[in-house]
Amino acid sequence: MSTTSVSPPQAGQRLREVWRPTKADRGRFIACVLLALVIAIVTGKDGSGDQPLQGIKESLHLERALFFVLGGIALWVLLVLGRVVGPLMRAPRMQLSAATNRALEPRWARPLLYLVLLGVAIWYPRTISTAGQQSLVNDVAIYALLGLGLNVVVGFAGLLDLGYIAFYAIGAYTTSYFTSKTAIPWHAPFIWNPFFIFPIALIAAALAGVILGGPTLRLRGDYLAIVTLGFGEIVQLLAKNAQGITNGARGSFGTPPLSIHLGPIKYKWGLSSLPYYYLLLGIIILVMIAFSALNRSRTGRALAAIREDEVAAEAMGVPTLRYKLMAFAIGASVSGFAGVIFATEQFFDPSSFSFQASILVLTVVIFGGMGSIFGVVLGAVVLQGLLYNLKDTVPANDRYIYFGAVIMLMMVFRPQGLLPSRRRSRELALSEVGIGHADGMGSPTDAP
Amino acid sequence: MTSLTKPEADPAPAAPKGPVLEVSGVTLRFGGLTSLDNVSMTMERGTVLAVIGPNGAGKTSLFNCLTGTYRPQEGSVTFHGEKGAASILGMKPHRIARLGISRTFQNIRLFPALTALENVQVAVETLQHSGPISAMLGLPRSRRDDKASVAAAVDLLERVGLAHRANVVAAGLPYGEQRRLEIARAMGTRPQLLLLDEPAAGTNPTEKRELSALIRRIGVFGVSVLLIEHDMPLVMGLAEHVVVLNFGKVIARGTPEQVQQDPAVIEAYLGSDDEADTPLPAPSGEAGE
Repeated sequence: MSTTSVSPPQAGQRLREVWRPTKADRGRFIACVLLALVIAIVTGKDGSGDQPLQGIKESLHLERALFFVLGGIALWVLLVLGRVVGPLMRAPRMQLSAATNRALEPRWARPLLYLVLLGVAIWYPRTISTAGQQSLVNDVAIYALLGLGLNVVVGFAGLLDLGYIAFYAIGAYTTSYFTSKTAIPWHAPFIWNPFFIFPIALIAAALAGVILGGPTLRLRGDYLAIVTLGFGEIVQLLAKNAQGITNGARGSFGTPPLSIHLGPIKYKWGLSSLPYYYLLLGIIILVMIAFSALNRSRTGRALAAIREDEVAAEAMGVPTLRYKLMAFAIGASVSGFAGVIFATEQFFDPSSFSFQASILVLTVVIFGGMGSIFGVVLGAVVLQGLLYNLKDTVPANDRYIYFGAVIMLMMVFRPQGLLPSRRRSRELALSEVGIGHADGMGSPTDAP
Repeated sequence: MTSLTKPEADPAPAAPKGPVLEVSGVTLRFGGLTSLDNVSMTMERGTVLAVIGPNGAGKTSLFNCLTGTYRPQEGSVTFHGEKGAASILGMKPHRIARLGISRTFQNIRLFPALTALENVQVAVETLQHSGPISAMLGLPRSRRDDKASVAAAVDLLERVGLAHRANVVAAGLPYGEQRRLEIARAMGTRPQLLLLDEPAAGTNPTEKRELSALIRRIGVFGVSVLLIEHDMPLVMGLAEHVVVLNFGKVIARGTPEQVQQDPAVIEAYLGSDDEADTPLPAPSGEAGE
């Protein structure tokens, strides 16, 4: 050892000057190592039915375990460095967000951004595979539309709806009922073009929303969530088991595709996905414009007021029950609308209306940013894109493990979602200092 | 404070005389606890009436009965609004608000993440009629309503001296300004009767003076003010009449001077000698605060 080098005890002392391990650091160390082991198990071999632990044993042999634990420690080092470096990063981050705001300041900036996004949305699907296009319609676009509708209920009004997909089912079965004599056992005495079903399904779903909401919207938060969950289950079970009405688990087959027959304009949506995609894109854009206007309107402000302090809103003359019902009906009608498009793709069965689907829509809304219209669409694109890509890269059984991990990370590090709405992020920030509540899901009644 | 004395006048018609609010025999019980016991009072239009009393006397319970939050078991409350006399007992709070009774809260309840302007707009807009569909379609009707509500809200903010704060988030305002914003919001529903629940609680002397000037100005506009307040100098300077509650009962009423001399009031506030140390019963009516 030469004289210039620092001896180990001295180095330790130096290190302690810049960094003192805190209790949290120790906790993180354990968490990182455990996380590494979990990842080792998840990515390792599967166990079999009769020897469920065999997979774990094989994924944790010495070399492999050591490799992952080292990885965990590396992650921990990164985290500790991050704690030191994090504050230094704050200034650049602020600069970045200021720069974004500045870039969007000129009058032409936003329209230009929208045009570019629209261009991508139009051009990109042409470049991908047929399977990708199909997923783009059924997973991304439909879920973006569903998310936009649920956003009115969850994001604007602050009502937790866990059975939202039921209205989608109602829209889909309404379409089968009116457009085909063979799709499901029950059918209307006349057959209509699916385009006429849009208003009918919209009204049917909105009506179902009002019927469900009327008696239940008096409930708050958790209770409402349970009631809507029950409603969703009832609708799916009906679809599954009422053989004589809905054709049960075999589903509806043979609804005619959409077609337009207006004077010189004739167009038929066939089996290809792209035309459906463009139809959905158009509808999504219209819905986005309409809901932005809604959010800025008197109704939007009243809903925000209800979300933030229901007692005060009521005392200021806002008929809270009627507004909540309105939000419920608007959300439901969008869902019913999406159901029509889904049904006209010829085949569907009750498995599309599962509880998991309801949760997925809710996840899209929360992940994208509750109350944020662009956020919800982005949430659908990112989440469904993630699921689609995981399909090819990880074993099918593990798909939702990765999916869940991404959502957990998101909720820990960015609870306000990808593109939060301004009002919502304010509410979150305020709740952190103890004003109001973060979820906006209606806290238990506190007397004024 | 600049605009508290804005001269331009509201259409403040020389208010027709007569009562604006008649409360008779109101009794409110929570289980075995009687929070209000046969409370009666009459309030003349265009006056400032103060309800005072020790903690737990039932003041806020009375407010909650008048605004529909609580429903008393007995008695009647008649409000003489624009549409004539109406019994408001058992009405939903938002219906009562629309009839012309508005309120503020003891522990400020603004919409914290909305801006000051939006807070007032919410109240102003309860008088409008355009629905969600016209908003989504961007119909002119909806735009007109929007413009009208902004104008009305800005006007109200000016009157309480908060116009320069219009775009500040409500939770970011200092305490005294939040109190004034709450009054502006309450005035947004164009009430005939304004209920103020301890508007001066937690404000400093300067803010108190401003508030007192503001409340006096509201009275000038023909709005009757029912005030709960602990701050005696403020009450004495503002109120024409005072009603004193203790243990849910009216123990005195009259002008501030009369009430101040009343032995029952003095006893209620200071306690008689032999029970000076007995704590007051747990506040039932204000339990939720």
